Amino acid sequence: MDDLSPDIEITELRKLTQVIKDKYDYDFKDYAMSSFKRRIKRVLDLYKFKNVDKLISVLENNADFFDEFVSEITVNVTEMFRDPTFWKILKEQIIPNILLNHSKITIWHAGCSSGEEVVTMCMVLDEMGVLDKAKIIATDIDTAIINKAKNATYPLKNMDVNSKNYARYQGTRSLEYYYKEVNGEAVIHKSLLENVSYRKHDLVQGVVFSKFDLILCRNVMIYFNQTLQNNVLNKLHESLFKYGYLAIGSKESLIWCEIANKFIVVNNEEKIYKKVKD
Amino acid sequence: MSNKYKAIVIGGSAGSFQGITQILANVPKDFPLPMFLCLHRLKHVRHGFVEALSIKSNKVISEPFDKETIKKGAVYLAPANYHMCLELGSTLALSTEDLVNNSRPAIDLTFETASYVYRDKLIGILLSGANKDGAYGMMKIKQRDGLTIVQDPNESMINAMPNAALAATKIDYTLTITQIINFLYELDKLYRTA
Repeated sequence: MDDLSPDIEITELRKLTQVIKDKYDYDFKDYAMSSFKRRIKRVLDLYKFKNVDKLISVLENNADFFDEFVSEITVNVTEMFRDPTFWKILKEQIIPNILLNHSKITIWHAGCSSGEEVVTMCMVLDEMGVLDKAKIIATDIDTAIINKAKNATYPLKNMDVNSKNYARYQGTRSLEYYYKEVNGEAVIHKSLLENVSYRKHDLVQGVVFSKFDLILCRNVMIYFNQTLQNNVLNKLHESLFKYGYLAIGSKESLIWCEIANKFIVVNNEEKIYKKVKD
Repeated sequence: MSNKYKAIVIGGSAGSFQGITQILANVPKDFPLPMFLCLHRLKHVRHGFVEALSIKSNKVISEPFDKETIKKGAVYLAPANYHMCLELGSTLALSTEDLVNNSRPAIDLTFETASYVYRDKLIGILLSGANKDGAYGMMKIKQRDGLTIVQDPNESMINAMPNAALAATKIDYTLTITQIINFLYELDKLYRTA
């Protein structure tokens, strides 16, 4: 972090989000201010732009830069089996419950980032012997990160924390079973991801495009303010079949959302909710 | 010392547990300012830390949810594997961004965002620790005219963190844990007579 650079003013951020809205039709105005400001600061440092005005002029004059900009401001930190106990509950309760009444299961990873969570889901389904019953959609706002998710190739050093999570989840195999090592990277077997389709989708402005039995949107909405959280939750609600499940991050909560009364809490610890009202 | 302050942030790492428990055991029960604790902790252990800190505490300590509203006199602990930041409009925001100073939660993020919100009405206290997390945050607090306190390096089990802050910025007080407790007591009195 740079000590000398002046604070980014909120008025500058407003101007920036307006330019982006006008020119690219992406809406960042309801992103949570503290993290959005930090991400913009990061972009300024990374590209050595001296202030927000400079960033604005680059965005105004260079459309090619926009995708890169989106990649840099979205947060893409994730791991396989993050919160191992969550995945255990999914395996032991949630997925069996869904398959009790359905022969197929449709799953949406909303904000899939580099795809670790999708890979995790496929491993869980595979270990349950139901991977062939699943249809999985993984979406993100960032094109570059979707390509990364599709490639499902991760630095070997990341597999250390992933393996530890897997052990805590008490998986029946070892993580090595699912990938091969190529040039210091872990390449996930493509067969594991056969039922996954990846597409670009913006949770903020995108439309409801399908219905699902299970939606995972963990630690995505924390980057939004409460207004936007409410909007997105309405869309997620609409994208669920009645009695479908929604999983959010362990430190997110539906309590103060307008739509909370249309869900019941299935597991408060792991923040798994069930849609009970249309 | 004055009653203009609206919040306190406390950061600590290796060697800070004893100090922070002493502070929480001795801070007046109805101390009016919210306190935000950012303590380095194991990222995969979600449970046990709040409970351990609570055993002798005079205060109820909670790990906030994202966008939780800040309450008067409440004590918030940054949850495992999340950064804890403050937002304008009296809310807390959590984040899973990259590690900062090898840490998540990172003290610098809690301190910097708190100082942005509370400006000169923030008190920052940095305790024992083995790295330099918190030094930048203390500098931001000072830049915005808040009050800065570090645990006396001679008392700190590991003094790298207080020393890093002392090197980074002007520190108003270098105090032992006992002196920090006395400071909070005196501060508390100012809010009672006001």
